[in-house]
Amino acid sequence: MTEQLDTGVVAQQIKEHDVLDAPAGGSEVGRARRRKEDARLVTGRTQWTDNIQLPGMLHVAFLRSPMAHARITRVDTSAARTRRGVVAVFSGQDFAGEQGSLPCAWPVTPDTVIPEHPPMAVTTVRYVGEAVACVVAVDRYAAADALEAIEIDYEPLEPVLDMTEALAEGSPKVHEAGNESFTWNFAGGDIDAAFHEAPVVIERTYVQQRLIPSAMEPRAVVAQTDGDHYTLHSSTQIPHVLRVMLALTTGIPEHKLRVIAPDVGGGFGSKLQVTAEEVLSLLITRRLGKPVKWTESRSEGNLTVHHGRDQLQRIRLAADANGRIRGVQVKLLADMGAYLMLVTPGVPLLGAFMFNGIYKMDAYDFTCTGVFTNKMPTDAYRGAGRPEATYAIERVMDELAAEIGVDPMEIRRRNWIQHSEFPYTTICGLTYDSGNYEAATDRALALFGYDKLRAEQSDRRERQDPVQLGIGISTYTEMCGLAPSRVLGSLSYGAGGWEHADVRVLPTGKVEVVTGTSPHGQGHETAWSQIVADSLGVPFEDVAVLHGDTATSHKGMDTYGSRSLAVGGIAVVRACDKVKEKARQVAAHLMEASPDDVEFSEGRFRVRGTGTSQTIQEIALATFAAHNLPDGFEPRLDASATFDPENFSFPHGTHLCAVEVDTETGATAIRSYVAVDDVGNVVNPLIVEGQVHGGIAQGIAQALFEEAVYDSDGNLLTTTMADYLLPSAADLPNFTTDRTETPATSNPLGVKGVGEAGTIASTPAVVNAIVDALRPHGVHDVRMPCTPERVWRTLRTEGGEPA
Amino acid sequence: MIPASFDYFRPSTIEEAVDVLAGAGEEAKVLAGGHSLLPLLRLRLAYPTALVDVGRVAGLRGVSDRGDHVLIGATTTHDEVVRSPIVREHCPLVALATATVADPAVRHRGTFGGSLAHADPAGDLPAVALALDMVLEVRSPAGERAIPAAGFFLDYLESALAPGEILTGVRVPKLGPGWGFHYEKFHRTAQAWATVGVAAAVRQSNGTVEEVRVGLTNMGSTPVRATAVEEAARGVEAGQNGGLRRAAEQAAEGTDPPADLHAQPDYRMHLARVLTHRALLSASAHRSPAT
Ligand SMILES: Cc1cc2nc3c(=O)[nH]c(=O)nc-3n(C[C@H](O)[C@H](O)[C@H](O)COP(=O)(O)OP(=O)(O)OC[C@H]3O[C@@H](n4cnc5c(N)ncnc54)[C@H](O)[C@@H]3O)c2cc1C
Repeated sequence: MTEQLDTGVVAQQIKEHDVLDAPAGGSEVGRARRRKEDARLVTGRTQWTDNIQLPGMLHVAFLRSPMAHARITRVDTSAARTRRGVVAVFSGQDFAGEQGSLPCAWPVTPDTVIPEHPPMAVTTVRYVGEAVACVVAVDRYAAADALEAIEIDYEPLEPVLDMTEALAEGSPKVHEAGNESFTWNFAGGDIDAAFHEAPVVIERTYVQQRLIPSAMEPRAVVAQTDGDHYTLHSSTQIPHVLRVMLALTTGIPEHKLRVIAPDVGGGFGSKLQVTAEEVLSLLITRRLGKPVKWTESRSEGNLTVHHGRDQLQRIRLAADANGRIRGVQVKLLADMGAYLMLVTPGVPLLGAFMFNGIYKMDAYDFTCTGVFTNKMPTDAYRGAGRPEATYAIERVMDELAAEIGVDPMEIRRRNWIQHSEFPYTTICGLTYDSGNYEAATDRALALFGYDKLRAEQSDRRERQDPVQLGIGISTYTEMCGLAPSRVLGSLSYGAGGWEHADVRVLPTGKVEVVTGTSPHGQGHETAWSQIVADSLGVPFEDVAVLHGDTATSHKGMDTYGSRSLAVGGIAVVRACDKVKEKARQVAAHLMEASPDDVEFSEGRFRVRGTGTSQTIQEIALATFAAHNLPDGFEPRLDASATFDPENFSFPHGTHLCAVEVDTETGATAIRSYVAVDDVGNVVNPLIVEGQVHGGIAQGIAQALFEEAVYDSDGNLLTTTMADYLLPSAADLPNFTTDRTETPATSNPLGVKGVGEAGTIASTPAVVNAIVDALRPHGVHDVRMPCTPERVWRTLRTEGGEPA
Repeated sequence: MIPASFDYFRPSTIEEAVDVLAGAGEEAKVLAGGHSLLPLLRLRLAYPTALVDVGRVAGLRGVSDRGDHVLIGATTTHDEVVRSPIVREHCPLVALATATVADPAVRHRGTFGGSLAHADPAGDLPAVALALDMVLEVRSPAGERAIPAAGFFLDYLESALAPGEILTGVRVPKLGPGWGFHYEKFHRTAQAWATVGVAAAVRQSNGTVEEVRVGLTNMGSTPVRATAVEEAARGVEAGQNGGLRRAAEQAAEGTDPPADLHAQPDYRMHLARVLTHRALLSASAHRSPAT
């Protein structure tokens, strides 16, 4: 009955319908290529971690703490051991001597409190969902059943869930050392002078609610050993970082540990982690000498995949009477949850240099305190720090406009960095290399029909239409292309930000690219092939991209922070340059010319002024044969490059959102959404478009739908998708997208990165629109997510409407 | 997300199903589309010892015209209900409400009978069953009986079905001419359950409202018939400026709506009033596409 999907057939179908693949001139870069990886990804005929079956493989299920804060007083696993199919049962005590502590690679201050973080709790649990025991069984059903037979007694301790309460005197302590992990300050200019007698001062507090990353593929791990070497398959974004970290955590020497990220179905930062389950799977395999698999359920994932956002932002802005910004001061509380994970404390720092947005000002002051609470730890989630910063400044710009009575777009124009001022060093000390806010904005306004919508808005206001119209603006920038290693070092991060690529030319002229980036939905196989096709003049189809396996790709810093193209793509370009240089030597030798007289274009080496030429494929074969090479020439065209960027890249854009708010029910509906992004030069417009669409959807989700909710005992209430609402296509409008292209000057491709732009831009655009609709009712903020009930209640309290 | 173990039976006749269910003990459950029962099993919120799958029992599936009423077989899927010409012609309110259930995937699995037997006050069909005075036909070793909808929904996820009883079909009375219908569902995403839903039927002649039926979704531990609205609306002038708004003000009378992540009780009561007005207006304007 069910039709079998054949990857080959699907690939053929994609190709046949592929008008988009029609050549658009000579260049591959810039073509809207359909993704070569999609046939296998969409049919599922590929190696997802959970698809892997190994002989004798056992299955692991974890028992998780039902208590937010408690001492473990008794553990009895004896009954579980006797259950059908059970091979072993372990509790934290069994691993206490060898499990180490889950790593935090970003101690942001010298005195950052980094508590011990045992992968499996031994004496104390600090959040609901923390692993306390596990069953290893012959199948996953037996493992799940036996969990119920494990007995654990807890002595409850008082939990603390709210950051402000956690910092108050006498609060229950999550850790002995107290609930403050660190306080980090950064300043530029004279903030007191900026606020002194400022004609306008706006002060607002915004809540970045806690979010749960929901990658399509749940996390999964398969660990195996031959007794000496270990192999870990994991649905991870960071096979390379993971290998180093696991070696340090488990004591398995790095050269005896291979980490493989097979095809990975999304991450959004949630798989930029060294997880308890990864460490424990390795330890169990080491104990039992058998391969083991663990795959989380969606509810387990909601509990224990690291969460995102969760900040309390106090932002103050001082301005002149005409709206020119004098200074911005930010005081942030960032909820770490119960422990620091891989980059937990660094997430707010990634936003620390962004609360100034695209605007000029005299002074800036930023302070962030990291706070422990009895909840799942937070960490990077699409945008990591930058969506939070962008939200605060873009919301406050609207407040400033309302305060001095000008159009919110006008207030932005008065303050933003002019195109003629680039490169521009901001008050935070970052140098924005390029940008054209005027061009992106003008394009967006035209596509949106701004003036017409404003006219409709006043009409509805006049008529007192129960459905009001609001217009929201977000003129954002972000820093991505993480990251110059020196800058990371100055921020106390534990590693660098370079990326690596190997380019191998095979005897038949086909090309293998080994990349240190680790795609999990971004389409690197396609985009890297386009780059190589252009650079080496080989057909797009002749390029294969290998990634995600530390045995084939030994060196890399993986994929996050919109870094893959702007850093990893440049490493590919550099490696191709080296290949071409070698091939030129061989070509010159074979054609008996001086290398200086040999030109290269479209895959062919030509001796200037003659008709003589050799293709790169001919050179490849000649190099393979090695019969006739220049003296001393090493018989290979292969080359590697490791690229460390000198600067971040700074995509920007203008997003405009029109929202209809039903003042009777509080329901909001996005009527139109326009995004004009400038991500520099574009390698593949189709991929860029996809990233922008998904990003906008995810940002709208924060504005309107998603929130992780804990009750007062610390139980997570949003453990299923009936409670944690993800919007689907049916809940989203059509997006109108366009681009301006202002090339980055910091890299040879002129690219900036696009993975996070949509998410960063869209959240404030939507909330600004809702507030704009309701401003005549006295509303100047609605807490996210702006659910119908929240909008309704805000209207009743602020708008003075009868109950 | 793995259920505890259970026995599984798949009878092919109603007699066999009744026998198997009777023999399987108190903790056995009927399985239809599984779209409410399986989530409970997978979250280990329910531990039935046996499931009796009625999905292939002959004669339980399909819609037939029985003169003064329409009979909808218990295992008729939501999708089949929505597409049925008989349903669309004679009980369009059922089609309108069913079309709002979740998404096409759920509607191809979930069944009409399962939705009523589950007795979830947040489900869209129980309120419709109340509003239309449906009658539920039931079989057990003791024989057959018919339960009026008004006596069927006892409490949250609790119906008048006794252990061993199988719902076989549902009689939907034909209301005759002059009626207009609307189902107004308020939910946060397209696939989400109703925060509040209002099933409305309005009969009018010459601009006057003669009779009104209103069932409310998710306004208590059972679906609720808004009798105060029904009385207040009788005889008022139809249309935007008639008396429907005042009648709808009664919508929260006697309700006891739940508090959950999507809404607090006072907000649900407010919604019930606003949405009832909208539903009555739409129904009286005969806007329902299926009429
Ligand atoms: C993602 C999702 C979204 C949903 N959204 C909605 C929604 O918006 N609105 C809505 O109304 N519903 C919604 N549903 C529920 C859906 O309509 C279900 O199909 C329905 O509630 C139950 O029907 P079922 O056939 O699946 O019953 P099952 O899940 O098989 O059974 C449900 C209960 O009824 C009993 N039962 C079933 N059939 C019989 C019978 N013939 N005799 C006796 N007892 C019986 C079972 O024992 C069980 O207790 C949703 C479901 C899902 C999974």
